Amino acid sequence: MLTKRIIACLDVDAGRVVKGVRFLNLKDAGDPAELASAHSEAGADEVVLLDITATHEKRNTLLETVRRTARQLFIPFTVGGGVRTLEDAGAIFDAGADKISMNSAAIANPSLITEIANRFGSQAAIVAIDAKRNYNDNGKTDGFEAWVQGGRKQTGHDAVTWARQAEDRGAGEILLTSMDRDGTGQGFDCALTKAVADAVRIPVIASGGAGSAQHFTEVFQHGHADAALAASIFHFGLRSISELKQQLQNAGIPMRCAC
Amino acid sequence: MIAVVDYRAGNLTSVKKALDKVGADSVITADPKIVSQAEKIVLPGVGHFSATSHLTDSGLRDAIVNAIQRGVPFLGICVGLQWMLESSEEAPDVPGLGIWPGECVRFPASVKSPHVGWNQLELRDKPSRLVQGIPSGSYVYFTHSYRVPLLANTVAECEYGGRFSAVVEQDHLFGVQFHPEKSGTIGLTLLNNFCSLSTSRDCDPIILTEQNAD
Repeated sequence: MLTKRIIACLDVDAGRVVKGVRFLNLKDAGDPAELASAHSEAGADEVVLLDITATHEKRNTLLETVRRTARQLFIPFTVGGGVRTLEDAGAIFDAGADKISMNSAAIANPSLITEIANRFGSQAAIVAIDAKRNYNDNGKTDGFEAWVQGGRKQTGHDAVTWARQAEDRGAGEILLTSMDRDGTGQGFDCALTKAVADAVRIPVIASGGAGSAQHFTEVFQHGHADAALAASIFHFGLRSISELKQQLQNAGIPMRCAC
Repeated sequence: MIAVVDYRAGNLTSVKKALDKVGADSVITADPKIVSQAEKIVLPGVGHFSATSHLTDSGLRDAIVNAIQRGVPFLGICVGLQWMLESSEEAPDVPGLGIWPGECVRFPASVKSPHVGWNQLELRDKPSRLVQGIPSGSYVYFTHSYRVPLLANTVAECEYGGRFSAVVEQDHLFGVQFHPEKSGTIGLTLLNNFCSLSTSRDCDPIILTEQNAD
């Protein structure tokens, strides 16, 4: 049976893993290559490396980090952050990534999704959506909006509509992050995840807010996620991946367990 | 030396890295001459079936056909396996090698496509050199939108919207639908099995029909 996936995420700045709360207050969490390897041994189904402060000057640092991280990793490896052109993507694939995650550049230039999918296959083209709830005058949730540039800029795009367009353009998966929940440990935004997962036919990876095994169960059962991603819960040893997977398995979620 | 065939389809780095990990001497090449001299051949593949037309245009197909007729062990991965069949719905005008009969077909609308993630190998009760030491029920990583039907030479099946071939094996010819280079220790075991095959083993050469060899 196809399992639900647990994905370990490394937010990287200048070659080091960092983690913040609601995209702010970053603190150091270690070396990317070492952490990726440790996550893989602990049972992570995939590793995602996001270059959160990607700038032109830091590209070579990123490529070196990708190369080092990929060397000892024999599970799927996704890299995102600052991918603006087909050439950017090509350099990251050459450094050892299996999939590229694109966000701001895909919104600015949606044909980039198609270019990458045509050249490297849809399975290698992930569109990342950072979504935030909008509220009406009565304080009720009024849809989800896609934000770009590391959560600094509104786009006016509805997150669900954008996910559908990304699929039509050739995206192979959607990496959906709730900005409202990111780093809070309060649980995934299941309403957001369900809205997107039910609207597309490609896998959806839920991200932002993981704090307990129960949160993962909820996002798989109620959010209809195909995979769930978390960073800080794993880096700071809050819970081992194998223990998490065992608990999810016991809750009836299909998992790849060593058990 | 193992030739990892570069036909401009996706990422070969990870296959090369995994072969390095199991201690195999390999080279990524797009040169038919090097493919002709290789002791073993790996044809990786992600992406579109139509990319395999480059194999024909570049002379790599002839080099591969020639090598496997001489008994050189050959491993097709993902689209590499699909290419070993006659054709694929994904690109009906592009012929496969035709080693095995049949057409690769799309997943039914009842399941999400592509089939992405870790799924189980269900081993048939058949002797296999490729999956030696790998228990039935082991999880491996798949990512594909088209699938190979069950064949007489299927040694492991997988279930997703119906059953399909995960591993096919006939003498010195092997194909896997999943990505052994991305399937953790199980995948490395499989690659090690392939790399450990004796190259001097006597085997009946596969005779491709004239039509299929075109």
